[in-house]
Amino acid sequence: MQLSPDQLIFWHYGFVKLNATIVFTWALMVLLVVGSKLITRKLSVDLQRSRWQNVLEIIVTAINSQIGDVGLRPAEKYLGFLGTLFLFVASATLCTIIPGFEPPTGSLSTTVALALCVFVAVPAFGISEQGIGGYLKSYIEPTVIMLPFNIISELSRTLALAVRLFGNMMSGAMIVAILLTITPFVFPIVMTTLGLLTGMVQAYIFSILAAVYIAAATRTRKSVAKPVPGSKT
Amino acid sequence: MDPTTLIAIASIITAGLTIGIGGIAPALGEGRAVATALTALAQQPDASATITRTLFVGLAMIESLAIYSFVVSMILIFANPFWNHVIQAAGK
Repeated sequence: MQLSPDQLIFWHYGFVKLNATIVFTWALMVLLVVGSKLITRKLSVDLQRSRWQNVLEIIVTAINSQIGDVGLRPAEKYLGFLGTLFLFVASATLCTIIPGFEPPTGSLSTTVALALCVFVAVPAFGISEQGIGGYLKSYIEPTVIMLPFNIISELSRTLALAVRLFGNMMSGAMIVAILLTITPFVFPIVMTTLGLLTGMVQAYIFSILAAVYIAAATRTRKSVAKPVPGSKT
Repeated sequence: MDPTTLIAIASIITAGLTIGIGGIAPALGEGRAVATALTALAQQPDASATITRTLFVGLAMIESLAIYSFVVSMILIFANPFWNHVIQAAGK
């Protein structure tokens, strides 16, 4: 029983180890980069367009509108970062239907790396939006007493992002592995389907949480918290 | 009983208790959150996008508590640091 794909080592030479996490992360990166390069190689603007271009346009438009709904405008500025997070986590989940594929997000190193990206991106976007003074002032709002708590929340939510994704993906893989030894025929398929669903929800949650954190740092959150006018009777 | 067995017994019982108790509170919280969100959706179907997104974010926050319990119980069973220590001490 292995807890993470880190322990599955394909090749090692001296102290250099090539474990399943690295291999599958790079496989996913190659898949995403080469796939999008192939699709965007000949884009067309008229009605005769390829199916793949349609798929990609649907994905990009959907992510764009989701980011805009959180209150990050212009959404294109954040599309690269948040869209990449979502696509990586989602494709890591979707590829689990391939036999032998271990999702790299089931390893704590990958999820910590993704969470650290968010940890760095939040101040970066915050500073670029409202300047370094304005961003640092958000730590002492509403009073100076809140300063340590704001810093703790910054750290703990990074940990929470990492552990949440890791726990979900690890539990999915582990439950399937345990079930394969107990009831090897039909039941693991059902649990794999459930794992696909929770994995996609986790991909959504990971990127929407990153978007909410960035929105809080760029101080555009008030537009989200505002209720829809006129809908309350 | 030798210490390894004691550690094993304690680990397994604690892991079961952790996931058992740790599942109750998040389940209650998630049920409450979903029920309230459904009420809100029924009253204001126009705000469904905002309500659904906020619900998902909140559910993720609540769910991470259950995930913490799960990770802790998995560590207790499969990667218990005390176990490793005893095995190392026995090897010497």
